[in-house]
Amino acid sequence: MSTPEAKPYPGTQAVEHDKARADEWPLFEVFIRGQHGLSHRHVGSLHAPDAEMAIKNARDVYTRRNEGVSIWVVQASDIAASSPEEKGSLYEPSNDKVYRHPTFFDIPDEVGAM
Amino acid sequence: MYAQMIKSTGEGVKSLEDMEPQERAFQERINAGGKIEPKDWMPDGYRKNLIRQIGQHAHSEIVGQLPEGNWITRAPTLERKAILLAKVQDEAGHGLYLYCAAETLGVSRDQLTRDLLSGKMKYSSIFNYPTLTWADMGAVGWLVDGAAIMNQVPLQRTSYGPYARAMVRICKEESFHQRQGFDIMMKMAKGTDAQKKMAQDALNRFWGPALMMFGPSDENSVHSAQSMAWKIKMNSNDELRQKFVDECVPQAQYLGLTVPDPELKWNEERGHYDFTQPDWDEFFDVLMGNGPCNTERLEARNKAWDDGAWVRDGLMAHAAKKRAAKLAAE
Repeated sequence: MSTPEAKPYPGTQAVEHDKARADEWPLFEVFIRGQHGLSHRHVGSLHAPDAEMAIKNARDVYTRRNEGVSIWVVQASDIAASSPEEKGSLYEPSNDKVYRHPTFFDIPDEVGAM
Repeated sequence: MYAQMIKSTGEGVKSLEDMEPQERAFQERINAGGKIEPKDWMPDGYRKNLIRQIGQHAHSEIVGQLPEGNWITRAPTLERKAILLAKVQDEAGHGLYLYCAAETLGVSRDQLTRDLLSGKMKYSSIFNYPTLTWADMGAVGWLVDGAAIMNQVPLQRTSYGPYARAMVRICKEESFHQRQGFDIMMKMAKGTDAQKKMAQDALNRFWGPALMMFGPSDENSVHSAQSMAWKIKMNSNDELRQKFVDECVPQAQYLGLTVPDPELKWNEERGHYDFTQPDWDEFFDVLMGNGPCNTERLEARNKAWDDGAWVRDGLMAHAAKKRAAKLAAE
């Protein structure tokens, strides 16, 4: 390689090409509000040393074309998620409750719009 | 393409009958146009292939900044400079979207970076060619980004959700890249004799390497067949290359430039242009590391990584210090 290996800095983990960084920047998930009145929406993820830098990076990575008016970031490891295996037990109970949809009820034409 | 010569298990495509129930359900979901998401079950080969393909694609975006970065300080006007800067910044963004998609498969970005820096993972052969004149910025945007679009538009429908979503973002931005390149070519081709000559020279040098971007014919490749069954590859290399030629030839004619291929001619019967295959020996040689700029590109990436180490570590130390101060205050 054309450059010397990075030197260790006091109190930090040095990087060598074939070793894992002990301090890899954590992963943040990024949520952006596209316009006023809409909710924040997941757009992707990025690495940053902390939340403050994650917002700055998200500005550069995900809003280069005015895509947002507000950014949320959350460390990926703090997100709890349902697992695909639970799909049945989680969502099936709502399948047999068709009466929750307005189309379940027939309203006579003479009543008019409802 | 941006990911070339991706090898799969090499075992050929299994029929639905030969699959275990879990794998059959997986394949049927793909056949029905469904998406696979990070936490879903997937065959090992699918995961490994995708990591290689998305990783190579991401590396191409990152290394792809170098040939164009070469001209940022030498752009002919302030406007061209600002545009080129924005384009190169987009490429960095595209690399990041793709690394994120790869990370959902269980590999870390730093691991992928290390594999690029050590030469274990590849990037597209096209970025191992030098950009010698300003007209090359035109040819790169027009042809290289044009070829990339050809490949990336169908990949928006790929079976892996995070990859497909990254492609949607990338395609939206890529069209700016191609147009800014063509705009440079128009200026040069309609300019002075010297400028026109420069534009022709750029086309002459980039035509072959651009055709190579799609990779050699894969009509009979087991790797391709598997990738297509998994819908992580949507078209054959030849199919995309033909589409690219058919689109570029009229554009070159508009520019008043000559495509450097004496055999190039419209085939009425096929409804396509006949053209000469690029030099595949050269392609394999570049992939092996013997292109004009392979060494320079990898050295530049390694230098950037090494020189940036103190910044990465410093920011981590600062974050740790702030966290400790916050804890102490609570």
